[in-house]
Amino acid sequence: MTVTIYIPRDSGALALGAEKVAKAVAQEIETRGLDAKIVRNGSRGLYWLEPMVEVATEAGRVAYGPISAKDVASLFDAGLASGGEHKLSLGDPEKIPFLAKQTRLTFARCGITDPLSLEDYRNHGGLKGLENAIAMTPADVVKQVTDSGLRGRGGAGFPTGIKWKTVLDTTADRKYIVCNADEGDSATFADRMIMEGDPFVLIEGMTIAGIATGATKGFVYIRSEYPHAVATMQKAVEVARKAGVLGVNVMGSPNAFDMEIRVGAGAYVCGEETSLLNSLEGKRGIVRAKPPLPAIQGLFGKPTVINNVISLASVPIVMDRGAQHYKDFGMGRSRGTIPIQIAGNAKHGGLFEAAFGLTLGEIVDEIGGGTVTGRPVKAVQVGGPLGAYFPRSLFDTPFDYEAFAAKDGLIGHAGITVFDDSADMLKQARFAMEFCAIESCGKCTPCRIGSTRGVETIDKIAHNIEPEKNLALVTDLCNTMKFGSLCALGGFTPYPVMSAINHFPEDFRPTPVAQAAE
Amino acid sequence: MSMQAASTQIASRAAAIIDEMKALEGPLLPILHEIQEEFGHVPAETLPIIAKALNISNAEVHGVVTFYHDYRNHPAGRHVLKVCRAEACQSMGGDAIAAQISQALGIGFHETAKDNSVTLEPVYCLGLCACAPAAMLDGEVIGRLDADKIEEIVQEVRS
Repeated sequence: MTVTIYIPRDSGALALGAEKVAKAVAQEIETRGLDAKIVRNGSRGLYWLEPMVEVATEAGRVAYGPISAKDVASLFDAGLASGGEHKLSLGDPEKIPFLAKQTRLTFARCGITDPLSLEDYRNHGGLKGLENAIAMTPADVVKQVTDSGLRGRGGAGFPTGIKWKTVLDTTADRKYIVCNADEGDSATFADRMIMEGDPFVLIEGMTIAGIATGATKGFVYIRSEYPHAVATMQKAVEVARKAGVLGVNVMGSPNAFDMEIRVGAGAYVCGEETSLLNSLEGKRGIVRAKPPLPAIQGLFGKPTVINNVISLASVPIVMDRGAQHYKDFGMGRSRGTIPIQIAGNAKHGGLFEAAFGLTLGEIVDEIGGGTVTGRPVKAVQVGGPLGAYFPRSLFDTPFDYEAFAAKDGLIGHAGITVFDDSADMLKQARFAMEFCAIESCGKCTPCRIGSTRGVETIDKIAHNIEPEKNLALVTDLCNTMKFGSLCALGGFTPYPVMSAINHFPEDFRPTPVAQAAE
Repeated sequence: MSMQAASTQIASRAAAIIDEMKALEGPLLPILHEIQEEFGHVPAETLPIIAKALNISNAEVHGVVTFYHDYRNHPAGRHVLKVCRAEACQSMGGDAIAAQISQALGIGFHETAKDNSVTLEPVYCLGLCACAPAAMLDGEVIGRLDADKIEEIVQEVRS
């Protein structure tokens, strides 16, 4: 029997040498004359163990990691093909605590299947949601999604079903499904992982959205910083088209739906939905004022569903298992699961999909294992460059949209950057303003000018120039940006700035005179 | 080849690209990506050709080209190194790594080496946040940058 060896093709694994490992494995298979094949799967999301190589044995999958090319020969000597013991053995990957503790709904197949095999996708439960959707009325599909409690995973947390209902109820000659895959927030990589590791789930989710709302065309807008995700999605769309999953008769039904992959051009602000629509139309990525809502006048002025990758990729499981199954996970008004991304200075960095409700402390200390440097955790930034810095004293905050909002933060796209005690929070606050200045689209004044004035004012504090007065000025400026900006870029930049000031005042205190005089 | 001949050649190649893509919905970004792929930058003389083909103003095309960080108005070095400067990489000493790279290459960010070997650019997130600090060399991703990996990068761009 041919032995299957899995070596991830995920960017994170590639960044850690997976390509060299794959070459070495292929070499060993050839020189040893083994009956084995290599499948380039997605990542399971355990990045401290990447590249993680797995082999399918009669007793199930056996994992090894982290593997470098120089370990490969010894792996084969130890009997890799039959799951032999080696110093890098990890045993059954599903029993690794980081994976065993997860609830994988959206990421059920990621890291397990061949991302470009539609057969694999079907064998692991794929396309069942789409089959169910085809057999239902559009209004019933929308109701299922609404009842599941699924909210926008891009960060805004708007109920997905309600967005869809608006598009369904708006009459037009053309409607669009746009997938926001402009995942620019630092600490986030869930969209990238799903596009590289299980692209068909996104295609299925978008197709269901099309059927539910009467849209026949979809666009996936992927950032140019993700060339591997772009390539995988493009190939997957071709495969889906050939198999009749996309086209004029989706899976043999009378529904038409097709999609195109579009690539961004390095503008962070295009992750904002209206800016993204302008970019797709071939314009500058300038934010649009709302109303009109994109659901009524979106892409090319037509009713448009614009959802994040993870929102759309969560729809197939909702349509497969039913709204109640999904809704049974979570807490409060945050239903279902959320792929938490543990990043930065974390010992166990990676993707952890779980029901809402874990506390920040559980995520950072227990699951993430503290810092990789071994120093104490000083702060964690939750929600990317527009998210607040949380101190240890707020580690009891449960992971839930409302609970984070109540602590002047946001869960955003659920990325968490861990910082150890060497972090200088004034520097981080300054960076937040600097980043806003670099990426501002320029349409509204608070963001365009406020961010530059913010950098200057924080620099004055750093240089001990009237620190108290300038701190008050930054606070006032943040207030103006928060309430006066057109979109979340200017509007949320105050979150990292003010949380740094409020929770870490010692980093903003003027340097003692004696020291400053030296 | 004379300047004029080179310019005519650019125009005809650009026209072919535009022709192939203008039927797309919202064709401007795909066209600009393809032109940059072809020429290594977006040559100024292609802008009026694009404007005319898409029936939009020169100003509009200029506005779009200059809005997006990716489009270049002159060619980059033989290699392009993008180093992530975002928060997750900062938390792993990314600022120090960026400074070391800059020093090793002898150029600052947004600069191209005098021998045209490499252009150094900042990037705000490569989605490699659990293997920080990260960089991308000519589209190849590199994680957990350290002194050894910087040395490998320097060797590669200088070879």
